[in-house]
Amino acid sequence: MEEQRLITLENISKAYDGVTVLSNIDLYIRKKEFVTLLGPSGCGKTTTLRIIGGFETADSGRVMFDGKDISALPPYKRRVNTVFQKYALFPHLNVKDNIAFGLKLKKTPKDEIDRKVDKMLDLVNLSGYGKRSVDSLSGGQQQRIAIARALVNEPEVLLLDEPLGALDLKLRKEMQLEIKDMQQRLGITFLYVTHDQEEALTMSDTIVVMRGGHILQIGTPKSIYDEPKNAFVANFIGESNIFPGTMVRDELVHFCGADFPCVDGGFGEDTPVDVVVRPEDVLLVGEDVGQVTGTIKSVLFKGVHYEMMIDAGHSTWKVHSTSMQPVGSRVGLSVVPFNIHIMKPMKEDAAK
Amino acid sequence: MSNLQVPAWGTWVMLVGFVAFIVLLVIYFKRNHGLKRPIFSSPYTLWIIVFTIVPCLLIAYYAFTDVNGAFTLDNFKNFWDSNYDMNKELIAMGFNPADMGFARGTVNVDTLGYSLWMAFLCTVICLVLGYPTAHIMAERDFKLGPTLVVLFVIPMWMNFLLRTIAWMSLLEDNGLINGLLEWLGIGKVQLMYNSGAVLLGMVYNYLPFMVFPIYNVLNKMDYKLSEAAMDLGCDKWKTFYKVTLPLSLPGVVSGITMVFMPAVTTFFIPRMLGGGNTEMFGDLIERTFLTANNWNVGSALSMIMMVLILLSLGLLRKVDPEGEGGSMI
Repeated sequence: MEEQRLITLENISKAYDGVTVLSNIDLYIRKKEFVTLLGPSGCGKTTTLRIIGGFETADSGRVMFDGKDISALPPYKRRVNTVFQKYALFPHLNVKDNIAFGLKLKKTPKDEIDRKVDKMLDLVNLSGYGKRSVDSLSGGQQQRIAIARALVNEPEVLLLDEPLGALDLKLRKEMQLEIKDMQQRLGITFLYVTHDQEEALTMSDTIVVMRGGHILQIGTPKSIYDEPKNAFVANFIGESNIFPGTMVRDELVHFCGADFPCVDGGFGEDTPVDVVVRPEDVLLVGEDVGQVTGTIKSVLFKGVHYEMMIDAGHSTWKVHSTSMQPVGSRVGLSVVPFNIHIMKPMKEDAAK
Repeated sequence: MSNLQVPAWGTWVMLVGFVAFIVLLVIYFKRNHGLKRPIFSSPYTLWIIVFTIVPCLLIAYYAFTDVNGAFTLDNFKNFWDSNYDMNKELIAMGFNPADMGFARGTVNVDTLGYSLWMAFLCTVICLVLGYPTAHIMAERDFKLGPTLVVLFVIPMWMNFLLRTIAWMSLLEDNGLINGLLEWLGIGKVQLMYNSGAVLLGMVYNYLPFMVFPIYNVLNKMDYKLSEAAMDLGCDKWKTFYKVTLPLSLPGVVSGITMVFMPAVTTFFIPRMLGGGNTEMFGDLIERTFLTANNWNVGSALSMIMMVLILLSLGLLRKVDPEGEGGSMI
């Protein structure tokens, strides 16, 4: 991947009526990168996107685009295009005129408009829909038109604001792959906003986890899943067991009433920590060989695996396993050192 | 005073209508064995029948009959020639009306033309004033929007006669404005008793009917559409005429309908603010009924008005089939 930084946010802050929405956001986006802003609603991800799109101005800080400060530029002078959450297609125009909207403003010759619109319709698999009214299209089709309308202007960055939020699960998964495929074929930078962690993991090159106007962690999907920085990220990305524990010394942690060897270090001795164990990383073993023992409280069939809640005295473990144990049976639990992830405990104010 | 009595024919229509309504009601009850939702609309239906449908039939009856109740089209000839009755009498007496200065007159047609012209001017001015007002009120960042809406509504709670009389006290020779002008040393100006004053009164009365349908449409419009337009390269003006304006047209059409219709039939305002020089069609109808006491000609004039209104309504419905903009009022 090219190391060139296309967009840089420098120390961006924003407040609405005295309520802080973004505080001191620093972020850069490389060329041709698929970056996802991920977080619960109200975390400031959409505001960040709107500041880059030019629909909001930051109270402080700068937006740099290709080395130039664009903080004061209106949306129509920025080389970015947006796909809006509820599509925002123009109801008084048909599909073709919606897509051609930006080209017509640039006084593109008519035959070139026709050619480009057809190419775009082809790209989003809606060839021959040009004359249709936008109201006659399904949600998924409207979404594709919204993407085509933005992409036809050949923006350097495409901003997508929860574009799949209104679609059903199956369609959403299809569209995820299509959007990712489009991004790779066109070689355009995508900045994607979503609250769906699975969507973020599937599509992104880089995930930015946000919360309460702060960036909590930036990294590849794998690093964020495997090495969450704190309990919030661990909980938000995938499912987790998070236990309070004590780092006895490097590579040995104490939690749930037992000592576990692990691979992390550098926290100091007898330091309180948060411990993350993914449900699929817990091994069910015989009662006598488990590091911790417990009783199966409930079993849910989830398709690929069973989800079992196991009561181990002072703690409850969530375990994903392909083999089912009957409710009430005693089992041993074991975790290999590599799958135990140690984090600094979250500060109380940040945890709220 | 035979004109003031409902003719036997009309009484029968009312009676038959009422009986038919009761019969339908009874049939309805028998069929449905109980109270269903449409039954709640029956007082309204009754109201419409007694106070709208029957009077319309009566107007039609009067328009096509003479004083004795015989069928005639003379009342409509009266519309084209306001001296028609007088001329007929003179001819019957052996005179030539043209020799006596009673040449063919078309005062009624002129009045209608004047009314249409005034209504047109009023609509244009209301549109020019009303659209920007509605646009400002519907602005997302404009915090005073709801307050302005209330300020526009409050005068509408007052009777329009009172509002017009209030304008008289402002505009008259010894009124507030002239007092102010005199105090400033400019001197008194004749403000009342001309078409301008009438137009002012009409615009003042009908402006809210232009503002609200447009405001309603603009307010409901998704602001993301303007953002999308800006995103695709429109500056503020291009966003307005490429997206906002076309999408607000239903409201504009409703506004035009709701201003033009009452403006054509305006009465009282021209009489109060315009004196005797600016009679409009509404006043003419009123005068024909109440002063000239000629119900037959008055009904014919009313019918012409109604046909004109229905025609323009039909025309506007084609542009705005859902009547979307008017839903607020």
